Amino acid sequence: MAIETGAGPTASERMAYRASQELRDGDVVFVGIGLPNLACNLAREIHAPGLFMIYESGAVGAMPERLPVSIGDPSLVTNSLAVVGQADIFQCMLQRGLIEVGFLGGAQVDRWGNINTTVIGDHANPKVRLPGSGGACEIAVHARRLLIVMRMSRRTFVESCDFVTSPGHRVNGRSREELGMPGGGPTRIITDLGVLDFDTTGEAVLTEVYPGVTPEQVRQSCGWPLRVAETVRQSTEPDASVLTLLREKLDPKRLYL
Amino acid sequence: MNKLCSMKEAIASSVRNGGSLVIDGFTHLICFAAGHEIIRQGFRDLTAIRLTPDLVYDQLIEAGAVRKLVFSWAGNPGVGSLHALRRRSEASSAERLELEEYSHFGLLSRLMAGSAGLPFWPLSNYQGGDIARVNPAIKTVQCPYTGRQLATVPALHPDVAIIHCQRADREGNAQVWGLLGSQKEAAFAARKVIVVAEEIVSTELIRRDPNRTLVPGIIVSHVVHEPWGCHPSFVQGFHDRDNDFYVKWEDISRQPETYRAWLEEFVYGVKDRQGYLSRLESGLLDKLRAKARICEGVDYGY
Repeated sequence: MAIETGAGPTASERMAYRASQELRDGDVVFVGIGLPNLACNLAREIHAPGLFMIYESGAVGAMPERLPVSIGDPSLVTNSLAVVGQADIFQCMLQRGLIEVGFLGGAQVDRWGNINTTVIGDHANPKVRLPGSGGACEIAVHARRLLIVMRMSRRTFVESCDFVTSPGHRVNGRSREELGMPGGGPTRIITDLGVLDFDTTGEAVLTEVYPGVTPEQVRQSCGWPLRVAETVRQSTEPDASVLTLLREKLDPKRLYL
Repeated sequence: MNKLCSMKEAIASSVRNGGSLVIDGFTHLICFAAGHEIIRQGFRDLTAIRLTPDLVYDQLIEAGAVRKLVFSWAGNPGVGSLHALRRRSEASSAERLELEEYSHFGLLSRLMAGSAGLPFWPLSNYQGGDIARVNPAIKTVQCPYTGRQLATVPALHPDVAIIHCQRADREGNAQVWGLLGSQKEAAFAARKVIVVAEEIVSTELIRRDPNRTLVPGIIVSHVVHEPWGCHPSFVQGFHDRDNDFYVKWEDISRQPETYRAWLEEFVYGVKDRQGYLSRLESGLLDKLRAKARICEGVDYGY
Protein backbone atom coordinates (compact mmCIF):
# COMPACT_ATOMS: atom_id res chain seq x y z
CA MET A 1 0.00 0.00 0.00
CA ALA A 2 1.48 3.31 -1.04
CA ILE A 3 1.67 6.10 1.48
CA GLU A 4 1.46 9.65 0.20
CA THR A 5 4.56 11.73 0.62
CA GLY A 6 3.98 14.10 3.49
CA ALA A 7 1.37 11.87 5.16
CA GLY A 8 1.65 11.65 8.96
CA PRO A 9 3.11 8.62 10.72
CA THR A 10 1.23 5.34 10.76
CA ALA A 11 0.96 3.29 13.96
CA SER A 12 3.79 0.99 12.83
CA GLU A 13 6.04 3.93 12.00
CA ARG A 14 5.40 5.49 15.40
CA MET A 15 6.23 2.24 17.14
CA ALA A 16 9.38 1.60 15.11
CA TYR A 17 10.60 5.13 15.80
CA ARG A 18 9.75 5.08 19.50
CA ALA A 19 11.47 1.70 19.87
CA SER A 20 14.56 3.00 18.07
CA GLN A 21 14.90 5.74 20.69
CA GLU A 22 15.37 3.10 23.37
CA LEU A 23 18.56 1.85 21.74
CA ARG A 24 21.93 3.31 22.68
CA ASP A 25 25.02 3.39 20.54
CA GLY A 26 27.06 0.27 21.25
CA ASP A 27 24.16 -1.76 22.68
CA VAL A 28 24.33 -5.47 21.90
CA VAL A 29 20.83 -6.25 20.65
CA PHE A 30 19.15 -9.60 20.11
CA VAL A 31 17.13 -8.65 17.06
CA GLY A 32 13.74 -10.04 16.11
CA ILE A 33 12.19 -9.87 12.67
CA GLY A 34 9.62 -7.22 11.88
CA LEU A 35 9.35 -3.89 13.69
CA PRO A 36 12.31 -4.61 16.02
CA ASN A 37 14.54 -5.12 12.99
CA LEU A 38 13.33 -1.85 11.54
CA ALA A 39 13.82 -0.05 14.86
CA CYS A 40 17.43 -1.26 14.98
CA ASN A 41 18.14 -0.15 11.41
CA LEU A 42 16.59 3.23 12.17
CA ALA A 43 18.66 3.66 15.34
CA ARG A 44 21.80 2.81 13.36
CA GLU A 45 20.96 5.49 10.79
CA ILE A 46 20.02 8.20 13.29
CA HIS A 47 21.96 7.98 16.54
CA ALA A 48 23.48 4.54 17.16
CA PRO A 49 25.81 3.63 14.27
CA GLY A 50 27.65 1.21 16.55
CA LEU A 51 24.58 -0.87 17.43
CA PHE A 52 25.67 -4.51 17.52
CA MET A 53 23.02 -6.81 16.09
CA ILE A 54 22.80 -10.52 16.94
CA TYR A 55 20.18 -12.79 15.39
CA GLU A 56 19.05 -16.08 16.91
CA SER A 57 19.79 -17.76 13.58
CA GLY A 58 23.52 -17.31 14.25
CA ALA A 59 24.53 -14.00 12.66
CA VAL A 60 26.67 -11.87 14.99
CA GLY A 61 27.41 -8.25 14.18
CA ALA A 62 25.10 -8.49 11.17
CA MET A 63 24.68 -5.67 8.65
CA PRO A 64 21.96 -6.93 6.32
CA GLU A 65 21.77 -5.07 3.00
CA ARG A 66 18.08 -5.85 2.65
CA LEU A 67 15.36 -6.10 5.28
CA PRO A 68 15.39 -9.78 6.23
CA VAL A 69 12.15 -11.55 5.35
CA SER A 70 12.58 -14.14 8.08
CA ILE A 71 14.76 -14.60 11.15
CA GLY A 72 17.10 -16.64 8.98
CA ASP A 73 17.96 -14.87 5.77
CA PRO A 74 21.08 -15.16 3.61
CA SER A 75 21.53 -11.38 3.83
CA LEU A 76 22.17 -11.73 7.57
CA VAL A 77 25.22 -13.87 6.84
CA THR A 78 26.83 -11.80 4.09
CA ASN A 79 28.97 -9.12 5.75
CA SER A 80 28.47 -10.32 9.37
CA LEU A 81 31.36 -10.24 11.85
CA ALA A 82 30.75 -13.86 12.77
CA VAL A 83 28.33 -16.64 12.00
CA VAL A 84 28.02 -19.23 14.74
CA GLY A 85 25.85 -22.24 15.52
CA GLN A 86 22.70 -21.73 17.55
CA ALA A 87 24.31 -23.48 20.52
CA ASP A 88 26.80 -20.61 20.68
CA ILE A 89 24.05 -18.00 20.31
CA PHE A 90 22.05 -19.32 23.24
CA GLN A 91 24.92 -20.38 25.50
CA CYS A 92 27.83 -18.04 24.77
CA MET A 93 25.89 -14.91 23.88
CA LEU A 94 22.58 -15.03 25.75
CA GLN A 95 23.19 -17.27 28.80
CA ARG A 96 26.70 -15.82 29.20
CA GLY A 97 25.04 -12.43 29.71
CA LEU A 98 26.26 -10.57 26.63
CA ILE A 99 22.86 -9.39 25.46
CA GLU A 100 21.94 -5.89 26.59
CA VAL A 101 18.63 -5.48 24.77
CA GLY A 102 16.01 -8.02 23.71
CA PHE A 103 12.80 -7.36 21.82
CA LEU A 104 9.59 -9.36 22.15
CA GLY A 105 5.98 -9.18 21.10
CA GLY A 106 3.14 -11.62 21.48
CA ALA A 107 -0.53 -12.45 21.37
CA GLN A 108 -1.07 -11.47 25.02
CA VAL A 109 0.75 -9.43 27.64
CA ASP A 110 -0.25 -8.77 31.26
CA ARG A 111 0.52 -5.96 33.73
CA TRP A 112 3.79 -7.63 34.83
CA GLY A 113 5.07 -7.92 31.29
CA ASN A 114 4.47 -11.66 31.06
CA ILE A 115 4.00 -12.63 27.41
CA ASN A 116 2.05 -15.41 25.72
CA THR A 117 3.03 -16.69 22.27
CA THR A 118 1.97 -20.31 22.83
CA VAL A 119 -1.80 -20.88 22.97
CA ILE A 120 -5.11 -19.09 23.38
CA GLY A 121 -7.15 -21.18 25.79
CA ASP A 122 -5.99 -24.26 27.65
CA HIS A 123 -2.57 -25.63 26.64
CA ALA A 124 -3.80 -29.21 26.35
CA ASN A 125 -6.92 -28.20 24.45
CA PRO A 126 -6.26 -24.82 22.86
CA LYS A 127 -8.69 -22.59 21.05
CA VAL A 128 -5.82 -21.25 18.95
CA ARG A 129 -2.43 -22.88 18.60
CA LEU A 130 0.26 -20.16 18.27
CA PRO A 131 3.88 -20.79 17.15
CA GLY A 132 5.31 -21.18 20.67
CA SER A 133 8.38 -19.77 22.37
CA GLY A 134 11.16 -19.99 19.86
CA GLY A 135 13.93 -18.13 21.65
CA ALA A 136 11.51 -15.78 23.43
CA CYS A 137 11.55 -17.46 26.86
CA GLU A 138 15.33 -17.36 27.23
CA ILE A 139 15.50 -13.81 25.86
CA ALA A 140 13.01 -12.75 28.55
CA VAL A 141 15.06 -14.56 31.19
CA HIS A 142 18.49 -13.24 30.19
CA ALA A 143 18.34 -9.86 28.38
CA ARG A 144 19.40 -7.00 30.64
CA ARG A 145 16.72 -4.73 29.13
CA LEU A 146 13.64 -6.14 27.43
CA LEU A 147 11.50 -4.04 25.11
CA ILE A 148 8.00 -5.25 24.39
CA VAL A 149 6.50 -3.94 21.15
CA MET A 150 2.78 -4.64 20.73
CA ARG A 151 -0.38 -3.00 19.46
CA MET A 152 -2.78 -2.34 22.28
CA SER A 153 -6.29 -3.75 22.69
CA ARG A 154 -8.34 -5.41 25.41
CA ARG A 155 -7.85 -8.70 23.59
CA THR A 156 -4.03 -8.47 23.76
CA PHE A 157 -3.44 -6.51 27.00
CA VAL A 158 -5.07 -8.98 29.36
CA GLU A 159 -5.73 -9.38 33.07
CA SER A 160 -3.97 -12.73 32.96
CA CYS A 161 -2.16 -14.52 30.11
CA ASP A 162 -3.62 -17.89 29.08
CA PHE A 163 -0.03 -19.19 29.06
CA VAL A 164 3.16 -17.48 30.20
CA THR A 165 5.71 -18.25 27.50
CA SER A 166 8.14 -15.48 28.45
CA PRO A 167 8.31 -14.32 32.07
CA GLY A 168 8.08 -10.63 32.99
CA HIS A 169 8.53 -9.02 36.41
CA ARG A 170 6.20 -11.22 38.42
CA VAL A 171 4.93 -14.73 37.70
CA ASN A 172 2.23 -16.16 39.95
CA GLY A 173 3.09 -13.54 42.55
CA ARG A 174 6.83 -14.28 42.60
CA SER A 175 9.42 -11.67 41.56
CA ARG A 176 12.30 -12.23 39.16
CA GLU A 177 14.69 -12.10 42.07
CA GLU A 178 12.79 -14.78 43.97
CA LEU A 179 12.69 -16.91 40.84
CA GLY A 180 16.41 -16.39 40.16
CA MET A 181 16.19 -14.86 36.70
CA PRO A 182 19.45 -13.15 35.72
CA GLY A 183 18.09 -10.57 33.22
CA GLY A 184 16.51 -7.25 34.11
CA GLY A 185 13.04 -7.97 32.73
CA PRO A 186 10.83 -5.68 30.65
CA THR A 187 11.79 -2.01 30.69
CA ARG A 188 9.06 -0.64 28.41
CA ILE A 189 5.99 -1.68 26.46
CA ILE A 190 5.85 0.34 23.28
CA THR A 191 2.36 0.39 21.83
CA ASP A 192 0.51 2.18 19.03
CA LEU A 193 -1.17 4.47 21.59
CA GLY A 194 1.61 5.26 24.01
CA VAL A 195 4.38 3.84 26.18
CA LEU A 196 4.19 1.91 29.44
CA ASP A 197 7.05 1.82 31.96
CA PHE A 198 7.32 -0.49 34.97
CA ASP A 199 7.29 0.73 38.60
CA THR A 200 9.42 -0.69 41.41
CA THR A 201 6.91 -3.48 42.06
CA GLY A 202 7.15 -4.51 38.39
CA GLU A 203 3.71 -3.25 37.36
CA ALA A 204 3.16 -1.46 34.06
CA VAL A 205 2.33 2.27 34.29
CA LEU A 206 1.31 4.55 31.43
CA THR A 207 3.93 7.28 31.08
CA GLU A 208 3.58 8.52 27.51
CA VAL A 209 0.87 8.98 24.91
CA TYR A 210 1.13 9.91 21.26
CA PRO A 211 -0.22 13.30 20.14
CA GLY A 212 -4.01 13.21 19.96
CA VAL A 213 -4.33 10.24 22.33
CA THR A 214 -5.64 10.69 25.89
CA PRO A 215 -4.69 8.53 28.89
CA GLU A 216 -8.37 7.62 29.21
CA GLN A 217 -8.36 6.22 25.67
CA VAL A 218 -5.35 4.09 26.55
CA ARG A 219 -7.07 2.82 29.71
CA GLN A 220 -10.09 1.87 27.60
CA SER A 221 -7.84 -0.22 25.37
CA CYS A 222 -6.29 -2.12 28.25
CA GLY A 223 -7.74 -5.30 29.73
CA TRP A 224 -6.66 -4.51 33.29
CA PRO A 225 -7.18 -1.28 35.32
CA LEU A 226 -4.09 0.45 33.95
CA ARG A 227 -2.18 2.71 36.30
CA VAL A 228 -1.38 6.14 34.92
CA ALA A 229 1.67 8.15 35.97
CA GLU A 230 1.14 11.54 37.63
CA THR A 231 2.68 13.24 34.65
CA VAL A 232 2.08 11.69 31.27
CA ARG A 233 4.51 12.92 28.63
CA GLN A 234 3.83 13.18 24.95
CA SER A 235 5.84 10.68 22.89
CA THR A 236 8.04 12.22 20.24
CA GLU A 237 6.86 11.43 16.77
CA PRO A 238 8.99 10.69 13.75
CA ASP A 239 9.51 13.89 11.74
CA ALA A 240 9.41 14.16 7.95
CA SER A 241 13.05 13.17 7.50
CA VAL A 242 12.64 10.04 9.63
CA LEU A 243 9.50 9.09 7.73
CA THR A 244 11.32 9.50 4.43
CA LEU A 245 14.13 7.31 5.75
CA LEU A 246 11.68 4.62 6.85
CA ARG A 247 9.55 4.70 3.72
CA GLU A 248 12.16 5.16 1.05
CA LYS A 249 15.29 3.52 2.39
CA LEU A 250 14.64 1.12 5.25
CA ASP A 251 11.37 -0.55 4.23
CA PRO A 252 10.52 0.56 0.70
CA LYS A 253 8.50 -2.60 0.02
CA ARG A 254 6.58 -2.02 3.24
CA LEU A 255 7.25 -5.49 4.56
CA TYR A 256 6.73 -4.41 8.13
CA LEU A 257 5.34 -0.89 8.02
CA MET B 1 33.76 -46.11 1.60
CA ASN B 2 31.44 -44.79 -1.07
CA LYS B 3 28.10 -44.03 0.64
CA LEU B 4 26.56 -42.27 -2.33
CA CYS B 5 23.01 -43.42 -3.10
CA SER B 6 19.67 -42.05 -4.24
CA MET B 7 17.31 -40.24 -1.86
CA LYS B 8 14.90 -43.14 -2.35
CA GLU B 9 17.47 -45.68 -1.13
CA ALA B 10 18.71 -43.50 1.74
CA ILE B 11 15.19 -42.97 3.11
CA ALA B 12 14.05 -46.57 2.53
CA SER B 13 16.99 -48.02 4.42
CA SER B 14 17.02 -45.49 7.31
CA VAL B 15 13.49 -44.42 8.20
CA ARG B 16 11.15 -46.82 10.04
CA ASN B 17 7.47 -46.59 10.91
CA GLY B 18 7.22 -45.37 14.50
CA GLY B 19 10.80 -44.08 14.51
CA SER B 20 12.06 -40.58 15.20
CA LEU B 21 13.76 -38.19 12.85
CA VAL B 22 15.11 -34.69 12.49
CA ILE B 23 15.38 -32.88 9.17
CA ASP B 24 17.53 -30.07 10.50
CA GLY B 25 18.23 -26.56 9.25
CA PHE B 26 17.25 -23.18 10.67
CA THR B 27 15.41 -21.51 7.76
CA HIS B 28 18.61 -22.36 5.82
CA LEU B 29 19.43 -25.83 4.39
CA ILE B 30 16.05 -27.42 5.06
CA CYS B 31 15.91 -30.59 2.99
CA PHE B 32 12.40 -30.56 1.52
CA ALA B 33 13.47 -33.31 -0.89
CA ALA B 34 13.93 -35.75 2.02
CA GLY B 35 10.56 -34.87 3.55
CA HIS B 36 8.81 -35.42 0.23
CA GLU B 37 10.47 -38.82 -0.23
CA ILE B 38 9.34 -39.85 3.28
CA ILE B 39 5.78 -38.89 2.31
CA ARG B 40 5.99 -40.83 -0.97
CA GLN B 41 7.22 -43.95 0.79
CA GLY B 42 4.19 -43.75 3.09
CA PHE B 43 5.88 -43.86 6.48
CA ARG B 44 3.61 -43.60 9.53
CA ASP B 45 3.70 -42.76 13.24
CA LEU B 46 6.94 -40.80 13.09
CA THR B 47 8.20 -38.62 15.92
CA ALA B 48 9.32 -35.50 14.06
CA ILE B 49 11.89 -33.40 15.89
CA ARG B 50 13.08 -29.90 15.09
CA LEU B 51 13.40 -26.49 16.75
CA THR B 52 11.48 -24.90 13.90
CA PRO B 53 9.14 -27.33 12.18
CA ASP B 54 8.11 -25.39 9.12
CA LEU B 55 6.45 -26.13 5.81
CA VAL B 56 8.01 -29.53 5.16
CA TYR B 57 7.07 -30.78 8.65
CA ASP B 58 3.56 -29.45 8.12
CA GLN B 59 3.46 -31.39 4.84
CA LEU B 60 4.54 -34.56 6.70
CA ILE B 61 1.71 -33.91 9.18
CA GLU B 62 -0.88 -33.33 6.44
CA ALA B 63 0.24 -36.53 4.71
CA GLY B 64 -0.37 -38.49 7.92
CA ALA B 65 3.27 -39.45 8.53
CA VAL B 66 3.61 -37.88 11.99
CA ARG B 67 2.30 -39.09 15.36
CA LYS B 68 4.28 -36.75 17.58
CA LEU B 69 6.01 -33.41 17.15
CA VAL B 70 8.92 -32.30 19.38
CA PHE B 71 9.53 -28.61 18.74
CA SER B 72 10.05 -25.07 19.99
CA TRP B 73 8.60 -22.78 17.30
CA ALA B 74 6.07 -23.93 14.72
CA GLY B 75 5.10 -21.52 12.00
CA ASN B 76 5.61 -20.32 8.46
CA PRO B 77 8.60 -18.04 9.13
CA GLY B 78 7.83 -14.42 8.40
CA VAL B 79 4.37 -15.30 7.04
CA GLY B 80 1.92 -17.10 9.33
CA SER B 81 0.66 -20.41 10.67
CA LEU B 82 1.20 -24.07 9.91
CA HIS B 83 -2.32 -25.07 9.02
CA ALA B 84 -2.06 -28.87 9.09
CA LEU B 85 -0.52 -28.58 12.56
CA ARG B 86 -3.28 -26.26 13.71
CA ARG B 87 -5.96 -28.53 12.32
CA ARG B 88 -4.44 -31.40 14.29
CA SER B 89 -3.80 -29.56 17.55
CA GLU B 90 -6.64 -27.17 18.30
CA ALA B 91 -9.67 -27.96 20.44
CA SER B 92 -11.92 -28.72 17.48
CA SER B 93 -9.63 -31.34 15.90
CA ALA B 94 -10.71 -34.96 15.69
CA GLU B 95 -7.29 -36.62 15.35
CA ARG B 96 -4.85 -34.96 17.72
CA LEU B 97 -1.15 -34.80 17.20
CA GLU B 98 1.00 -35.39 20.27
CA LEU B 99 3.05 -32.25 21.01
CA GLU B 100 6.16 -31.98 23.17
CA GLU B 101 7.13 -28.37 23.47
CA TYR B 102 10.29 -26.49 24.52
CA SER B 103 11.88 -23.15 23.81
CA HIS B 104 14.74 -23.11 21.28
CA PHE B 105 17.38 -23.22 23.98
CA GLY B 106 15.69 -26.15 25.70
CA LEU B 107 15.32 -28.36 22.64
CA LEU B 108 18.80 -27.46 21.44
CA SER B 109 20.08 -28.50 24.88
CA ARG B 110 18.45 -31.90 24.42
CA LEU B 111 20.40 -32.32 21.18
CA MET B 112 23.59 -31.05 22.84
CA ALA B 113 23.28 -33.69 25.57
CA GLY B 114 22.68 -36.32 22.91
CA SER B 115 25.62 -35.15 20.85
CA ALA B 116 27.97 -35.05 23.84
CA GLY B 117 27.06 -38.48 25.19
CA LEU B 118 25.62 -37.10 28.42
CA PRO B 119 22.27 -38.10 29.98
CA PHE B 120 21.06 -34.51 30.40
CA TRP B 121 22.04 -30.88 29.83
CA PRO B 122 21.79 -28.03 32.35
CA LEU B 123 20.64 -24.56 31.40
CA SER B 124 19.71 -21.35 33.13
CA ASN B 125 16.12 -21.07 31.96
CA TYR B 126 12.45 -21.74 32.78
CA GLN B 127 12.70 -20.10 36.22
CA GLY B 128 9.30 -18.54 35.65
CA GLY B 129 6.54 -19.22 33.17
CA ASP B 130 4.55 -22.19 31.98
CA ILE B 131 6.81 -24.10 29.56
CA ALA B 132 8.27 -26.31 32.31
CA ARG B 133 4.86 -26.60 33.97
CA VAL B 134 3.35 -28.36 30.94
CA ASN B 135 6.44 -30.39 30.00
CA PRO B 136 7.42 -32.98 32.66
CA ALA B 137 10.72 -33.70 30.84
CA ILE B 138 12.03 -30.32 32.03
CA LYS B 139 13.37 -30.78 35.55
CA THR B 140 15.82 -28.99 37.85
CA VAL B 141 19.14 -29.81 39.44
CA GLN B 142 21.16 -28.06 42.12
CA CYS B 143 24.68 -27.14 41.04
CA PRO B 144 27.10 -29.05 43.31
CA TYR B 145 29.57 -26.14 43.25
CA THR B 146 27.47 -23.02 43.65
CA GLY B 147 24.18 -24.34 44.95
CA ARG B 148 22.39 -22.60 42.08
CA GLN B 149 19.18 -24.15 40.79
CA LEU B 150 19.35 -24.97 37.07
CA ALA B 151 16.85 -26.40 34.61
CA THR B 152 17.70 -29.71 32.95
CA VAL B 153 16.50 -31.50 29.84
CA PRO B 154 17.14 -35.13 28.92
CA ALA B 155 19.39 -36.24 26.05
CA LEU B 156 17.65 -36.73 22.73
CA HIS B 157 18.75 -39.36 20.22
CA PRO B 158 16.79 -39.14 16.97
CA ASP B 159 16.88 -42.40 15.01
CA VAL B 160 17.76 -40.48 11.85
CA ALA B 161 19.17 -37.00 11.20
CA ILE B 162 19.01 -35.55 7.69
CA ILE B 163 21.61 -32.84 7.14
CA HIS B 164 21.68 -30.79 3.95
CA CYS B 165 25.02 -29.16 3.12
CA GLN B 166 26.68 -27.21 0.33
CA ARG B 167 29.22 -29.90 -0.45
CA ALA B 168 30.31 -33.32 0.71
CA ASP B 169 32.56 -36.12 -0.45
CA ARG B 170 31.36 -39.68 -1.03
CA GLU B 171 32.19 -40.60 2.56
CA GLY B 172 29.91 -37.92 3.96
CA ASN B 173 32.42 -35.34 5.13
CA ALA B 174 30.04 -32.41 4.94
CA GLN B 175 31.05 -28.78 4.57
CA VAL B 176 28.61 -26.07 5.52
CA TRP B 177 28.76 -22.29 5.57
CA GLY B 178 26.18 -19.63 6.34
CA LEU B 179 23.62 -20.26 9.08
CA LEU B 180 24.53 -23.48 10.90
CA GLY B 181 21.33 -24.04 12.88
CA SER B 182 21.67 -27.08 15.14
CA GLN B 183 22.93 -29.35 12.37
CA LYS B 184 26.09 -30.43 14.15
CA GLU B 185 24.25 -31.21 17.38
CA ALA B 186 21.47 -33.03 15.52
CA ALA B 187 23.97 -35.12 13.55
CA PHE B 188 26.06 -36.18 16.57
CA ALA B 189 22.93 -36.86 18.65
CA ALA B 190 21.36 -39.11 16.01
CA ARG B 191 21.78 -42.87 15.63
CA LYS B 192 22.02 -42.58 11.84
CA VAL B 193 22.96 -39.62 9.64
CA ILE B 194 22.01 -38.96 6.02
CA VAL B 195 24.03 -36.19 4.39
CA VAL B 196 22.43 -34.49 1.39
CA ALA B 197 24.66 -32.24 -0.71
CA GLU B 198 24.28 -29.64 -3.41
CA GLU B 199 27.63 -30.82 -4.79
CA ILE B 200 29.63 -34.01 -4.42
CA VAL B 201 33.31 -33.10 -4.34
CA SER B 202 36.60 -34.96 -3.96
CA THR B 203 37.99 -35.77 -0.53
CA GLU B 204 41.05 -33.81 -1.64
CA LEU B 205 38.95 -30.65 -1.91
CA ILE B 206 37.48 -31.25 1.56
CA ARG B 207 40.99 -31.67 2.95
CA ARG B 208 42.08 -28.33 1.48
CA ASP B 209 39.62 -26.49 3.79
CA PRO B 210 39.15 -28.73 6.84
CA ASN B 211 37.74 -26.02 9.13
CA ARG B 212 34.67 -25.90 6.92
CA THR B 213 33.68 -29.51 7.70
CA LEU B 214 30.71 -29.49 10.12
CA VAL B 215 29.87 -33.19 10.07
CA PRO B 216 32.66 -35.77 9.68
CA GLY B 217 32.02 -38.79 7.47
CA ILE B 218 32.62 -41.27 10.31
CA ILE B 219 29.11 -40.65 11.69
CA VAL B 220 27.41 -40.63 8.26
CA SER B 221 25.69 -43.67 6.79
CA HIS B 222 24.30 -42.32 3.48
CA VAL B 223 25.27 -39.52 1.10
CA VAL B 224 22.74 -38.17 -1.39
CA HIS B 225 23.45 -35.77 -4.24
CA GLU B 226 20.36 -33.57 -4.51
CA PRO B 227 20.90 -30.10 -6.02
CA TRP B 228 18.01 -27.71 -5.20
CA GLY B 229 16.85 -30.23 -2.59
CA CYS B 230 16.07 -27.37 -0.21
CA HIS B 231 13.69 -25.30 -2.34
CA PRO B 232 11.81 -23.16 -1.15
CA SER B 233 14.38 -22.84 1.67
CA PHE B 234 17.80 -21.43 0.73
CA VAL B 235 21.40 -22.51 0.42
CA GLN B 236 24.03 -19.82 0.98
CA GLY B 237 26.17 -19.44 -2.10
CA PHE B 238 23.73 -21.50 -4.23
CA HIS B 239 20.25 -20.02 -4.14
CA ASP B 240 18.01 -17.58 -2.28
CA ARG B 241 14.87 -18.35 -0.30
CA ASP B 242 11.78 -18.49 -2.54
CA ASN B 243 9.89 -16.03 -0.39
CA ASP B 244 6.96 -15.83 -2.81
CA PHE B 245 6.35 -19.52 -2.23
CA TYR B 246 6.23 -19.08 1.56
CA VAL B 247 3.69 -16.28 1.08
CA LYS B 248 1.60 -18.31 -1.39
CA TRP B 249 1.73 -21.32 0.95
CA GLU B 250 -0.55 -19.50 3.37
CA ASP B 251 -3.39 -19.74 0.84
CA ILE B 252 -2.51 -23.21 -0.43
CA SER B 253 -2.41 -24.71 3.06
CA ARG B 254 -5.37 -23.01 4.72
CA GLN B 255 -7.90 -25.36 3.16
CA PRO B 256 -7.39 -29.14 3.24
CA GLU B 257 -8.59 -29.44 -0.39
CA THR B 258 -6.00 -27.10 -1.89
CA TYR B 259 -3.38 -28.55 0.44
CA ARG B 260 -4.10 -32.09 -0.77
CA ALA B 261 -4.11 -30.94 -4.39
CA TRP B 262 -0.65 -29.42 -3.92
CA LEU B 263 0.68 -32.63 -2.35
CA GLU B 264 -0.80 -34.62 -5.24
CA GLU B 265 0.87 -32.43 -7.81
CA PHE B 266 4.30 -31.82 -6.24
CA VAL B 267 4.88 -34.83 -3.99
CA TYR B 268 2.76 -37.89 -4.86
CA GLY B 269 2.58 -36.94 -8.52
CA VAL B 270 6.34 -36.96 -9.09
CA LYS B 271 8.91 -39.71 -8.88
CA ASP B 272 11.76 -37.74 -7.37
CA ARG B 273 13.26 -34.28 -6.88
CA GLN B 274 13.91 -33.83 -10.58
CA GLY B 275 10.20 -34.35 -11.15
CA TYR B 276 9.39 -31.70 -8.55
CA LEU B 277 11.81 -29.20 -10.07
CA SER B 278 10.40 -29.72 -13.54
CA ARG B 279 6.96 -28.69 -12.26
CA LEU B 280 8.14 -25.32 -10.92
CA GLU B 281 7.42 -22.29 -13.07
CA SER B 282 10.03 -21.84 -15.76
CA GLY B 283 12.71 -19.28 -15.01
CA LEU B 284 12.20 -19.53 -11.25
CA LEU B 285 15.45 -21.32 -10.49
CA ASP B 286 17.44 -18.79 -12.53
CA LYS B 287 15.80 -16.01 -10.58
CA LEU B 288 16.73 -17.62 -7.25
CA ARG B 289 20.30 -18.59 -8.17
CA ALA B 290 22.82 -16.79 -5.93
CA LYS B 291 24.99 -13.93 -7.12
CA ALA B 292 28.59 -14.72 -6.20
CA ARG B 293 30.22 -13.26 -3.07
CA ILE B 294 33.52 -15.15 -2.96
CA CYS B 295 35.76 -14.97 0.11
CA GLU B 296 39.53 -15.03 -0.40
CA GLY B 297 40.33 -18.20 1.50
CA VAL B 298 43.03 -18.70 4.11
CA ASP B 299 46.57 -20.09 4.30
CA TYR B 300 46.74 -23.52 6.01
CA GLY B 301 50.51 -23.67 5.61
CA TYR B 302 52.95 -24.33 8.43
